Amino acid sequence: MTKNCHNDYKMKFTTDEEFPDLSQHNNHMAKALTKEIYEKLRGKSTPSGFTLDDVIQTGVDNPGHPFIMTVGCVVGDGECYEVFKDLLDIVICDRHSGYKPTDKHRTDLNYENLKGGDDLDPNYVLSSRVRTGRSIKGFTLPPHNSRGERRAIEKLSIEALASLEGEFKGKYYPLDGMTDAEQEQLIADHFLFDKPVSPLLTCAGMARDWPDARGIWHNENKTFLVWVNEEDHLRVISMQKGGNMKEVFRRFCVGLQKIEAIFMKHDHGFMWNEHLGYLLTCPSNLGTGLRGGVHVKLPKLSTHAKFEEILTRLRLQKRGTGGVDTASVGGVFDISNADRLGSSEVEQVQLVVDGVKLMVEMEKKLEKGESIDGMIPAQK
Amino acid sequence: LPFHFLLNAEYPDLRKHNNCMASNLTPAIYAKLCDKATPNGYTLDQAIQTGVDNPGHPFIKTVGMVAGDEESYEVFGDLINPVIKERHNGYDPLNMKHPTDLDSSKIHSGLFDERYVLSSRVRTGRSIRGLSLPPACSRAERREVERVVVDALAGLKGDLTGRYYSLTQMTEKEQQQLIDDHFLFDKPVSPLLTCAGMARDWPDGRGIWHNNEKTFLIWVNEEDHTRVISMEKGGNMKRVFDRFCKGLKERLIQERGWEFMWNERLGYILTCPSNLGTGLRAGVHVKLPLLSKDPRFSKILDNLRLQKRGTGGVDTAAVGGVFDISNLDRLGHSEVQLVQTVIDGVNYLIECEKKLEKGQDIKVPPPIKQFK
Repeated sequence: MTKNCHNDYKMKFTTDEEFPDLSQHNNHMAKALTKEIYEKLRGKSTPSGFTLDDVIQTGVDNPGHPFIMTVGCVVGDGECYEVFKDLLDIVICDRHSGYKPTDKHRTDLNYENLKGGDDLDPNYVLSSRVRTGRSIKGFTLPPHNSRGERRAIEKLSIEALASLEGEFKGKYYPLDGMTDAEQEQLIADHFLFDKPVSPLLTCAGMARDWPDARGIWHNENKTFLVWVNEEDHLRVISMQKGGNMKEVFRRFCVGLQKIEAIFMKHDHGFMWNEHLGYLLTCPSNLGTGLRGGVHVKLPKLSTHAKFEEILTRLRLQKRGTGGVDTASVGGVFDISNADRLGSSEVEQVQLVVDGVKLMVEMEKKLEKGESIDGMIPAQK
Repeated sequence: LPFHFLLNAEYPDLRKHNNCMASNLTPAIYAKLCDKATPNGYTLDQAIQTGVDNPGHPFIKTVGMVAGDEESYEVFGDLINPVIKERHNGYDPLNMKHPTDLDSSKIHSGLFDERYVLSSRVRTGRSIRGLSLPPACSRAERREVERVVVDALAGLKGDLTGRYYSLTQMTEKEQQQLIDDHFLFDKPVSPLLTCAGMARDWPDGRGIWHNNEKTFLIWVNEEDHTRVISMEKGGNMKRVFDRFCKGLKERLIQERGWEFMWNERLGYILTCPSNLGTGLRAGVHVKLPLLSKDPRFSKILDNLRLQKRGTGGVDTAAVGGVFDISNLDRLGHSEVQLVQTVIDGVNYLIECEKKLEKGQDIKVPPPIKQFK
């Protein structure tokens, strides 16, 4: 690829001349990137031609927020995590609570290992959802892939998903081919994803050629959904109304494994290694890539002085019900696991199940005017 | 089967597109050029990305591609040349030569009636030969452009004496003053520009230079290496153009061993093929409340080779009957010719407005000869 050629051309300038101005920046990449690291890595490129400047561009263009620490870098292929190790290991350690280059990640998609999760009070827990992402071996990732690669990924995905049966029988809707009626239905179901507008994504090149080879697949029951070629090759989502996280997780694990088996038959398994788990575009989604969460009514608990501390101790995070970067409405919060790397899928969903159960009990106590001081958990 | 399975797997889906690139990029041309790159490593896919990402509007035909460096115009000639021909009304880069003429003494009738013309402005762009253009430049190259240009501008004297305000270094007070003067440019938000990579590393290496009198202004590293603007309130287009030519004819860049990108086929080389040739847009803010409501307004403008914009610039609407009127053409006519065209045209429009005020009828002028 001619990206190598461009990088070679840039090497005629010195490190000082090319080093980005990060003086206004507050993201993980800006914290980690020294001139020494830049000097060491700037001449390198992965076999597909992705370079250090490509990795960091989104973080250079988006200084970040004084309070929210974004990652500030992406990968263009699986090999980046090796070639740009000197930078990415620091970012990963910072983002994933001290994860070391020598640590090993656990993968556990055996849903039977989850305890409970079928009895979250539906008067409080309105809906349950588990999502993850997967990258397909042999292709580069959304910041880098060409139209031809993206289309090949779509083609493989369509074939794999078309072969699913029973509760997983479903249909694919290409973004650039759906009827107006189909589009309206997908919007009404809250399934349709938009062209990314966040500069975090557009500056990383993920919206190129939109909507070419992008689409949405879902099963007839509308409880299992796959996004193709949005921020990752695949995003896999299991969801349903109410609090039966056990069922959501079962369907998640079974569906994922069925899909993986089909991709492996075509010699295109998922990118994974024992140090970083599943490899995804953003380093924040390494490991399980899993976000398991609920929409839960906590109007009293959410205004309690110790709410943030409780969440931290339970290793959970809150978002508004519109997803990341939205505010909560009517005391309803999106509560999900904070961790991705260094613990397994079962462990992370267990934290959500146990933590939400506890918080609902706290909410009930507060409704009765009772104190919850005795219920504050220890740090998990 | 989706259509793209029948063609080169990389060929973009342009069926919903309406821009000059999409009209001219056949599968055969794509196949011929897709493996090529300029010496700096700029590729066809990069050049056309903005046109793939922005299908265009049914009524407005955008260009749909950019150049990453001077060599792009050569290496991707099989696509760029037909795009140029379409955009510039039949100008054929393979057979024609572009005239450059910055002798402002040739201009006549360049003083407008200031009851109608509120302000006059001439702008162009210049690229520094040897450095990549905004879609492709590295941070080091962009900073080099800034260094070369700022160093050269420090040599301007007399009424052109001025100073540079770097976007990364300016104080809040300086920033507010530049906003009040309507000089400060923003980070591009138009997807036409962002999809072409022109906003990378913002605001590194970007800045504004202007003379003390605030009549001569240079943008550094926005959509081109430099944009050069001469302007003042009122209708003295002659003086605006005099100053414009004087500033541009300074040899300050050349004395320091650099050159502008220029060749005799394409004139001055800029990032967007629409700005080739002179890269010149000469215009006025003019009050035409009656004429603008006349159904013949568009045809009159067309025949005079003029275009209208709102007073906020491209893509804005007119306010209070005040329009931005400027030349349509850029390539194949010299600077002097284009400015004279604007002067003659605007004078004609003012005459029409005056006639309508008196209840007299107006005539649609005959079309100015083109080379199509």
